Amino acid sequence: MELKDAILELLRRAATDLPPDIENALKKAYEREDEGTPAKAVFKTILKNVELARKQSTPICQDTGSLIFYIDFPIGDEEQKYRKAIAEAAEEATKKQYLRPNAVNPITGKNSGTNVGINHPYIHFHQWDKSEVRIRLLLKGGGSENVGTQYKLPDASLKAGRDLKGIRKVIIDAVLKAQGKGCSPGTLGIGIGGDRVTSYILSKEQFFRKMGERHPEKEIAELELSLYEELNQLGIGPMGFGGKTTVLDVFIDYQHRHPATFYVAISYNCWAFRRKTLTIKNGEVSYDD
Amino acid sequence: MTIKLKTPISEEEIRKLKVGDEVLLSGIIVTARDQAHKLMVEEKPDFIREYLKESVIYHCGPVVRKNEDGSWSFVSAGPTTSIREEPYQSEVICEYNVRGVIGKGGMGDKTSEGLKKCGAVYFHAVGGAGTLIANTVKKVVKVFKLEEFGTPEAFWVIEVEDFPLVVTMDSHGSSLHKEVLENSTKAAQELLVK
Repeated sequence: MELKDAILELLRRAATDLPPDIENALKKAYEREDEGTPAKAVFKTILKNVELARKQSTPICQDTGSLIFYIDFPIGDEEQKYRKAIAEAAEEATKKQYLRPNAVNPITGKNSGTNVGINHPYIHFHQWDKSEVRIRLLLKGGGSENVGTQYKLPDASLKAGRDLKGIRKVIIDAVLKAQGKGCSPGTLGIGIGGDRVTSYILSKEQFFRKMGERHPEKEIAELELSLYEELNQLGIGPMGFGGKTTVLDVFIDYQHRHPATFYVAISYNCWAFRRKTLTIKNGEVSYDD
Repeated sequence: MTIKLKTPISEEEIRKLKVGDEVLLSGIIVTARDQAHKLMVEEKPDFIREYLKESVIYHCGPVVRKNEDGSWSFVSAGPTTSIREEPYQSEVICEYNVRGVIGKGGMGDKTSEGLKKCGAVYFHAVGGAGTLIANTVKKVVKVFKLEEFGTPEAFWVIEVEDFPLVVTMDSHGSSLHKEVLENSTKAAQELLVK
């Protein structure tokens, strides 16, 4: 299979086929809600939509998002090859309606119509010492991206200091402010430390963890679990209609910071959490969720 | 109980709706989002007037397919976040005699006032349910500003059948979003003092 075709199929799968761990989390959320509530009706519609999209091979959500690629490639390989294949695949996927054209020039207001533009699709390159290639893809909707945010600790208005307690407070505040606007129930990716840019990068990378996959360090894993419980006590519910599930999971990671700065970046993924992975090993192409 | 509604909708009919009502909407409606709302307020174009009168605006940037005979089909068409239209919505509702707005996330006090004053409601669709909602779109009647605004931002005049909605802001000043915000703020304050 040509690289472009393999990436085209990756795009199709990501846009139309929700990963099973996300679907299971949504099913559990459906079961938790009381009969006759708007929340129950929302989850029912969501699950029906997920099934239809898979069957029809049409986008789960019309906002097929920003195309964010993470590529791990072997030594000796060249980035240019991937850039070219991704641009071609994105254009073709747009023509085939797997993707909505989502690349807009902010100065002229003109949509490129192809999902290709300046720095779009966005590609993170990482060279590794394996011989295989791994291409991970996130399709991340604009509505959920808009409720993402970054805090600088200490935060006087929230009485949030430079510790885990302070981190917990700003996360609760962010989910409260998001209400249903990011298409709740959301999944949170939290990046602690780093600079303005790297804290957001770390927060987004958390979205490659599977539902229920806890941080290896006990202290962080406990914070993830307790926040999951507490955030679901807010009662915001699916679409902000009120209900028992406001978040599907909370993923946290950290990195070292400058002594003067303390950032907490919070990325919010909508319930239509679209991620897929493509691996090319010895010329063999395989896909995973 | 689910209420069936078909556009054009009279002011009397729309004023009967209350927050929490589940609605299946049919008839002609129009998609409009950021650029369209800016245009409707700044230039008040007439080309869209006949389609909006006693009809419904849908905050949506769809995925569409052009068929071989030149007609269009909706492939995926869930709602987009409505609050971005807050500066414009009330004026658009009153200027074009619109009876309802469909979107997600709810809208603010300015829109709520407009709903009250001019007789309209805010319908909430299920965000992300793109394929399911596209299946309720039976026909694309017309499209305006496609070239200039691009697919997501164009005015798509569509005919829908049994589009599932919940009224979350009515023409009497009630808002489910305000209620959930107040309750969740209280819950958050209790967590934050811990």
